Amino acid sequence: MYDFAYHRPKSLADAVATLKGKEEARPMSGGMTLIPTLKQRLAKPSDVVDLGGIAELAGIKVAGDVVTIGAMTKHYDVSVSPDVKKIIPALADLAGHIGDPAVRNRGTMGGSVANSDPAADYPAAVVALNATITTNTGKHPADGFFKGLFETALKDGELITAISFPKPEKAAYMKFPNPASRYAMVGVFVAKTKDGVRVAVTGAGSAVFRVKAMEDALSKNFTSAAIKDIKIPATDLNSDIHGSAEYRAHLVGVMARRAVDAANK
Amino acid sequence: MTAGTGIGARVPRREDKRFLTGTGRYVDDLPLARATYAYFLRSPHAHAKIKTIDTTAAKAMPGVVEIFTGKDTAESKMGGLICGWVVKDKNGEPHKAPAHPVMALDTVRYVGDTVAMVVANSIDEAKDAAEAIKVDYDVKPANVDLAHALDKGAPEVHPEAPGNLIYDWEIGVKADVEAAFAKAAHVTKLDIVNNRLIPNAMEPRAAAAEYDKGTGNYTLWSTSQNPHVLRLILSAFVLGIPEHKLRVVAPDVGGGFGSKIFCYNEETMVCWAASRVGRPIKWTAERSESFMTDAHGRDHVTHAELAMDKEGKFLALKVETIANMGAYLSTFSTAVPTYLYATLLAGQYTTPLIYANVKAAVTHTAPVDAYRGAGRPEATFVIESIVSKAAVEMKMDTADLRRKNFIPTEAFPYQTPVALQYDSGNYPPIIDEAIKISDYKGFEARRAEAKSRGKLRGIGFSSYIEACGLAPSNVVGSLGAGVGQWESAQIKFNPTGNVQVMTGAHSHGQGHETTFAQLIHDKLGVPMDQIEIVHGDTATTPFGMGTYGSRSLAVGGSAIMKATDKIIAKGKKVAAHLMEADVADVEFENGTFKVAGTDKSVPLGQVVFAAYVPHNYPLAEVEPGMDENAFYDPANFVYPSGTQICEVEIDPETGEVEVIAHTAVDDFGNIINPMIVEGQVHGGIVQGVGQALMEAAVYDKTTGQLTSGSYMDYTMPRADNFPSFKLGYKTTPCPHNPLGVKGCGEAGAIAAPAAVMNAVRDALAPLGIKHVEMPATSLNIWQTIQGAHRAAA
Repeated sequence: MYDFAYHRPKSLADAVATLKGKEEARPMSGGMTLIPTLKQRLAKPSDVVDLGGIAELAGIKVAGDVVTIGAMTKHYDVSVSPDVKKIIPALADLAGHIGDPAVRNRGTMGGSVANSDPAADYPAAVVALNATITTNTGKHPADGFFKGLFETALKDGELITAISFPKPEKAAYMKFPNPASRYAMVGVFVAKTKDGVRVAVTGAGSAVFRVKAMEDALSKNFTSAAIKDIKIPATDLNSDIHGSAEYRAHLVGVMARRAVDAANK
Repeated sequence: MTAGTGIGARVPRREDKRFLTGTGRYVDDLPLARATYAYFLRSPHAHAKIKTIDTTAAKAMPGVVEIFTGKDTAESKMGGLICGWVVKDKNGEPHKAPAHPVMALDTVRYVGDTVAMVVANSIDEAKDAAEAIKVDYDVKPANVDLAHALDKGAPEVHPEAPGNLIYDWEIGVKADVEAAFAKAAHVTKLDIVNNRLIPNAMEPRAAAAEYDKGTGNYTLWSTSQNPHVLRLILSAFVLGIPEHKLRVVAPDVGGGFGSKIFCYNEETMVCWAASRVGRPIKWTAERSESFMTDAHGRDHVTHAELAMDKEGKFLALKVETIANMGAYLSTFSTAVPTYLYATLLAGQYTTPLIYANVKAAVTHTAPVDAYRGAGRPEATFVIESIVSKAAVEMKMDTADLRRKNFIPTEAFPYQTPVALQYDSGNYPPIIDEAIKISDYKGFEARRAEAKSRGKLRGIGFSSYIEACGLAPSNVVGSLGAGVGQWESAQIKFNPTGNVQVMTGAHSHGQGHETTFAQLIHDKLGVPMDQIEIVHGDTATTPFGMGTYGSRSLAVGGSAIMKATDKIIAKGKKVAAHLMEADVADVEFENGTFKVAGTDKSVPLGQVVFAAYVPHNYPLAEVEPGMDENAFYDPANFVYPSGTQICEVEIDPETGEVEVIAHTAVDDFGNIINPMIVEGQVHGGIVQGVGQALMEAAVYDKTTGQLTSGSYMDYTMPRADNFPSFKLGYKTTPCPHNPLGVKGCGEAGAIAAPAAVMNAVRDALAPLGIKHVEMPATSLNIWQTIQGAHRAAA
């Protein structure tokens, strides 16, 4: 890796101040994407600001029917949290299947959401559960937050502090992993709330997206049979040696149906 | 199970403690004072002319010690890397041997080809400098697609190999085979691809070298499977450093699978440059470099036809194969698709006539060479795929068709039509045992049950033959090998009775430190904790050929047994003197010399001590010391055999294939350590299933970029991809080596791909699907099913 200045602030305010004015500085949460990128010399930041020392950013809180998860909360902690398991078991289940044990014990929810990797799992949960993303400067609704490949609504110097998930009536996540990397080649999060049904797809496109046709059908009839004839167009879907766009489009249907069945169990 | 720690006992691996506690010593662990670090600048293009290389700015970078390019190596009169096996074309001409410069001169021929070597005080400084080297490339079209590599007009890789053809080789009499086909009642035809693999040893390749200015001696530490052979190549062909001035050490090595047999350019350069920079140099490949530059495996395109009479008796087999050599001929590349492939095409069967034609092609891809099984998996895959296809076409049970054509047990030794003479074998009990273990008879009920869950279940057989422990030396020499195929051993007792056993074989995961110690313990009665197995250092071990081709126990173990015979023979003379008896009356048993029919005895330890402190000793007839050497050149290959049965389930909605059960019954001859053998079989099956379902080295057909160049895209098999394997053994001891042993290291990888793919094809047969290529990834299966639906519509 290239040389850089390393900072480990103790507070959010310090982190924001350290990043300020440094155009080539990068915040680092779990580092599960950034560190391999640095090691391969694919990034050359002037400064790396490690958010791992900021105690106020980690932890899970419950207020009524809303679970609020600190940005620096590790996947493992989400997966075993009694509160998350009780209120949104689908989210705990998703967290327990991210990467491998090493990744789950380093990677954080805020890092994953801020990175908007097209194959990351959490963005599907954030969008399907209609979560709210809180940052040091304000709040973002889930819709519109993920703008594209590694691109979000976050502004320069804006850091995610927490993500709040309302409790769904029913929800489930089904992932078809890339056989090599085990990232989601297609992951579908289906959530039924009092406001309707949301279907969010990760892995298949340049960023997480919703499937309106499925949401409409499931809002009327929350069974897998209701969406069995809905075809997803392959246009604009990702294609690589493990999955053509057509195959991904097909898998979105299969994973969505399986997610609905799982949510109904 | 055999009790204790002798032959046949499940002795835990003695070496595992250091491997598992992080106290192993690998090349990269070497503490070398004043060490420098090498980084190799590699070609980003599959095929390009190098117009200029400008290192001026890079040489001025901080920490840079020296930068070398192909121009420097050419000026030093260094030899090129060699291919050590001369295969003769069908018209008798030796194969085309394009130059293989240690560093690219004016052309780069694959992504990863070496353009410059930077030596610096740290690896980061070396990388910084490499980024500052300016290379002006003139990019040319690349020849990447093997099926069309020999087509007229394909981009030429080497001017010395017109049309990209290295050899057009054949075995068998084509006219006789054609005549048999003309009379056949049925002919089964098969077009099949053997997918290219990347070895992925856990430890990447590494090299470190030091030059001692005072003595003029070089030491090269390398992740080599065969340090003496590496030294021989470097001394005699490449660097010209005399053998006695070059020490090659292969310390703990973390896996090889064949990829660390060969002499590579990086270790050559590290050794060469160490004297020029006057400081030690270290280099360890990064994983991306391993993907790009370790010699890859397999990569065949084959057409095969099997002729049968109306009862299904095999009459003749013909096989046409194009084998990929990659951009340069690696050390043993030419032998793999010829003498390690076509000579195995009889398999377990009496097929009386076989003709094979193999065309070796160069392409703009990484060199291809031996990889676990080396030629034999490719042969087994062709035979066992076409036999299973024939059974479907003939409407015969797949096991019955195999049995009908097995070489009868009474026919051994059996001369095949493709040069090899099988020494021993007994195939019917093996397939019977595999059928029993796998409950083949209950399969249709399991298929029906799976169908009720929406799954497609299939079962597949693979009955393999392997030839390992290449031998004898004069025969392999007549076939073009550049080296002998014997092995060496030295048993050196110390005065206090403990013993060092030097072997020319090399352990890089095989467990020799345990297995070989069991031999010594069993034969000489020395406790296990007083036996040290020494390997991997040309300064301390006798010249040896190293470890590959499942040879170490059959050849190296036999050398150890020969040396123990010499120890016992000498010990008897000393013991006879000590016991005042006639040598002819002295017997040796359980570590003790005895006079037959008396209660006189003397333990081996006392005899050893007498040999080193020869105060009461027959000095007139016997030399002091207890230190014996042996070299063993086998009379023949050894021929392990076996049958694997794989059962899979396919999810037709997603195309996912799950291995539900996998049975392997093997005949490895006598077994020294059943636990280590099980480990070898497990690992082999995993590699074979990996090839069948997951692994593929994919190059972009236009640009020649390695698309599967990291674990993000190259699917390594993982533990959760597998059920527990069901193993069984049948034993036919090898008749020509002193231990009666065969080889077990490659069997799993040889047999598994065909078993898995036959199971996949069987599962898909109800959809009218007749053929699926490896790897049977979910994408591949889904697309195949879509194709069948379209065809049916």
